[in-house]
Amino acid sequence: MLQINNLHARINGKEILKGINLTVRDGEVHAIMGLNGAGKSTLSNVIVGHPAYEVTEGEIIFNGKDLLKMSPEERAHEGIFLSFQQPVEIPGVSMVNFMRAALNAKRQYKGEEPLSAGDFLKLMREKRQIVELDSRLTSRSVNEGFSGGEKKRNEIFQMAMLEPTFSILDETDSGLDVDALRIVAEGFNKLRTPQTSALVITHYQRLLDYLKPDIIHVLIGGMIVKTAGPELALEIENRGFDWIKEEVGL
Amino acid sequence: MDNKNKFVREVAEKKYEYGFTTDVQTEVIDKGLSEDVVRLISEKKGEPDWLLEFRLNAFRYWQTLEAPTWGHLKMPEIDYQDISYYANPTAGKSGNSGNTKEIDPELMKTFDKLGIPLEERLALSGTAVDAVMDSVSVKTTFREKLKEKGIIFCSISEAVKEHPELVREYLGSVVPYKDNFFAALNSAVFSDGSFVYIPTGVRCPMELSTYFRINARGTGQFERTLIVCDDDAYVSYLEGCTAPMRDENQLHAAIVEIVVKENAEVKYSTVQNWYPGDAEGKGGVLNLVTKRGHLRGRNSRLSWTQVETGSAITWKYPSCVLSGEGAQAEFYSVAVTNNYQQADTGTKMIHIGKNTKSTIISKGISAGKSQNAYRGLVKVAKTADNARNYSSCDSLLLGSKCGAHTFPYMDVHNDTAVVEHEATTSKISEDQLFYCNQRGINTEEAVSLIVNGYAKEVINKLPMEFAVEAQKLLGVSLEGSVG
Amino acid sequence: MAEDTRQYTDFYAQAGKLICERSCEVMNAPRAEALQTFSTLGFPTKKVERYKYTDVAEDFAPNYGIALMPLLVTGLPYCHRISEAPIDVTPYYNRLTDRQDAVVALNTMLSVDALVIYVPRNTKVEHPIQISNVLKGEQDTMVNRRILIILEQCAEADIVITDKAVDHSHFLTNQVIEVFAGDGSHLNLYEVEETHLLCTRYSSVFVQQGRDSHVRHTSFTLFNGHTRNRLDVSLQGEGSEVILNGCVIADKTQHVDNNTLIDHQVSNCQSNELYKYVLDDSAVGAFAGRILVREGAQKTVSNETNANLCATPSARMYTQPMLEIYADDVKCSHGSTVGQISDAALFYMRQRGIPEKEARLLLKSAFITEVIETIPFEALRDRLHYLVDKRLRGELSKCEGCKLCK
Repeated sequence: MLQINNLHARINGKEILKGINLTVRDGEVHAIMGLNGAGKSTLSNVIVGHPAYEVTEGEIIFNGKDLLKMSPEERAHEGIFLSFQQPVEIPGVSMVNFMRAALNAKRQYKGEEPLSAGDFLKLMREKRQIVELDSRLTSRSVNEGFSGGEKKRNEIFQMAMLEPTFSILDETDSGLDVDALRIVAEGFNKLRTPQTSALVITHYQRLLDYLKPDIIHVLIGGMIVKTAGPELALEIENRGFDWIKEEVGL
Repeated sequence: MDNKNKFVREVAEKKYEYGFTTDVQTEVIDKGLSEDVVRLISEKKGEPDWLLEFRLNAFRYWQTLEAPTWGHLKMPEIDYQDISYYANPTAGKSGNSGNTKEIDPELMKTFDKLGIPLEERLALSGTAVDAVMDSVSVKTTFREKLKEKGIIFCSISEAVKEHPELVREYLGSVVPYKDNFFAALNSAVFSDGSFVYIPTGVRCPMELSTYFRINARGTGQFERTLIVCDDDAYVSYLEGCTAPMRDENQLHAAIVEIVVKENAEVKYSTVQNWYPGDAEGKGGVLNLVTKRGHLRGRNSRLSWTQVETGSAITWKYPSCVLSGEGAQAEFYSVAVTNNYQQADTGTKMIHIGKNTKSTIISKGISAGKSQNAYRGLVKVAKTADNARNYSSCDSLLLGSKCGAHTFPYMDVHNDTAVVEHEATTSKISEDQLFYCNQRGINTEEAVSLIVNGYAKEVINKLPMEFAVEAQKLLGVSLEGSVG
Repeated sequence: MAEDTRQYTDFYAQAGKLICERSCEVMNAPRAEALQTFSTLGFPTKKVERYKYTDVAEDFAPNYGIALMPLLVTGLPYCHRISEAPIDVTPYYNRLTDRQDAVVALNTMLSVDALVIYVPRNTKVEHPIQISNVLKGEQDTMVNRRILIILEQCAEADIVITDKAVDHSHFLTNQVIEVFAGDGSHLNLYEVEETHLLCTRYSSVFVQQGRDSHVRHTSFTLFNGHTRNRLDVSLQGEGSEVILNGCVIADKTQHVDNNTLIDHQVSNCQSNELYKYVLDDSAVGAFAGRILVREGAQKTVSNETNANLCATPSARMYTQPMLEIYADDVKCSHGSTVGQISDAALFYMRQRGIPEKEARLLLKSAFITEVIETIPFEALRDRLHYLVDKRLRGELSKCEGCKLCK
């Protein structure tokens, strides 16, 4: 599904990613762990095409297509979704108008007819259940006045609406209490299919307990220095990152 | 409420502490302004031809101008022929300002009384002082010590003699004589002022300070300050002012020019306490000043901090022209007006270079029958990509006969700029006062506390010694403690 | 006499008699004084503070044919030609205008007819009154429009005034509206301009409010050429409240200058002002809002906000919110911003698959929404949402959906 080869990227002239190689196959969930500043969020931003980041070397192939040539919205239409670490508030733009614009843009891209207003609202109602999102929230402006937990739930709700094939959860667990975390994680799991994959960025085992990733990567200094099975996450939870640094000679 | 009214009354009746006169033999030239007077001033100061030429050009230009009309000020008619343009209190002695021993003891006493020690051993720690009384620089302290670092700190008259190349290069380069009516007038007749040059890479080790005092009757003061801060250099400069109580208005029309080069930083602080006139609005200094800094170099920085408590009329807009890429400018101001004082003050931030940033924090406090206005311009030129400005202008009203006004102008010609302005006007809330009363603080003290808290954001920007002085001044103005 | 005013004074010298004949006594009475003011003052220059951002002489320089047509008022309830007004309007006509404004004087000098909207005391006008001004004609034309709105004690009305232009000629509109809001009255006055690039509009609105009156003025400049709106509100009765909202969408070479004054003359009044601009291409926007709180106008609460989006490097915005306060027990604030669409919001939307162009449009529309949402009149709100959306999509080059244009 997703193949990243020797990816280098920088922001404001500073190189953050220094040669990332990563392959995610259909149906797999990968987790990326690492300390603050290791480049985790940079990686997710580069995949979705944030304009502030400059790719200096390497490639990202998504289902056979060159992702780096596409605009952020084309990448979204191709099925890539980022659950933002800090979802932005957009005053004045209602959730309904926002979601309808997003969904219909994707349908147009796929050569489908736009959804009728009735069908759209029905879909909203349906998908809201997945993350137990209050109808109060979907009638407001995008993320405006939402609590931290509500914002994250809203991200998963949008994921449900847009049905991406590849999702990135960028520290979706940060700022969530146990119940909110469970709701968000369970919501995510309901959306999983053998055709959908995900990249989960986190500091903690907590979220991974729910999401059960297939493969764990450790990102240090802009490179993936270790890749292993789910047991690695537990080991990091117990021992931290220093032993890995020593192991790879950093 | 009774307490508060009493307080307001007391504030309105407060006295001016610095209103004494000094009895020294002062040489004052005849009143009136003409080309001959300009020549006479230049001659008395033994100036080179180019400077006389500069003065004459300014004077001829000034003659073509009409006195400005005032948007929001009630300005008494100024008779420019009824002012003496040169007064020299050191004339009785040798006039050389290099040596303490030669200064008239009366003058020393004056500055002592003002809390400005001219003897180096008494000086505030880390402050070098240039004292200007009437038209002539009386004394500059710590010159030798600064000289070791290559720093030039002297009166502008001396600078003309000793560093003519520097003065010639920079004089009028930031505020050209054609800038405005008073700039032209000052350029024609300026008497003295301070000159500062900080060479490349030098951090000035002490605060430099100028103290201005108008003493002689019927004179105007037209000082001129020029500060040049070369690449990677730093200086913090302080300016203080007082004047005796006189029935007539005294004219003070100064120019301050500052040049800031690459990576250099200048902090300019003013505590202005010119005589504000009496409780009936009689007399007082007309403070009409043009102050401007040119941030020429990349990443240059300039901050203006002012505490304005004096003058019958204050008309000044310390400004910044941000041409260097990444230049940053700040303006922090507290203006207190009382009785019949009028203040029309603010700043101009002219963004020309890319990524330039400016901050404006203005606090106005009006009492009595005074009028206090903030007037400011933020201009973002087409070339100033990513320019940022934040302005916040708050006014506090004490008493129902005063006025507080805010006139910000914003001209934005660049779509990557972000310019924000906020302003509020309020009075001290009854709730705040009651809260203080309940905690045992009387109303007078509470008002003083609240006002000081209100002004804190600006006071904190002042160098320590000055901050204490400023707080005291605000205290005198607002505690109503009649001395 | 200044050259730029000559064509108008010459015209008046020739046509003055005809104007007076076609008009009525109450309008003829102040003409001589108006002529005097106009020819003495001449058009205000940019040195006049309130005309700082607009070149008036240039706007009035072209040689327009001057329309001297009486009004056509048919069957609209509460609306009358001035000569047919049910009350004597002498105490109202030309009583609120600024006598030192040459543009207003020119209107007083040249207006042939005036529309009077008169709502008697305790009367509530059920349905909004819509006044459609349609500029028509093959020739370049100047129109002097005059409206007098009188709400007696406790009267209530909603009035919508729309400006449209049908033909592709140059039009110059010089409008003067005087509003008398009596004690306890409620007035919502909406003005919507959808003209075209060749149209110039000068509007001077003067409002006087009595005790406990509520006036809301909302101004939408959706499409125009050069527009200069002056709006002066005088709060003369205690407990009165005024809300001034406005929205400007301008692109190409459009010019929109809104200049407002809220004069708090007595205590316990409230004012609220919100103006938003979206500027594209080489559009020029100007906003000057002066809040004046007079001595003794205690317990005044006033809030003023001006927010602007500049979308291109060649768009220019001048903003000047002013507070002038002579009373101490007041709560006044103003805020003003010039900025751009938030990059973070834009990216967030693009990540969700919304194309950049559409995302920008949605964000601009959201920016304006805040103003539209203040309107209590639902049908107008919906209509404005629709028009704003069309406008931002570039589909509103001529007026839309009005019967007269079809």
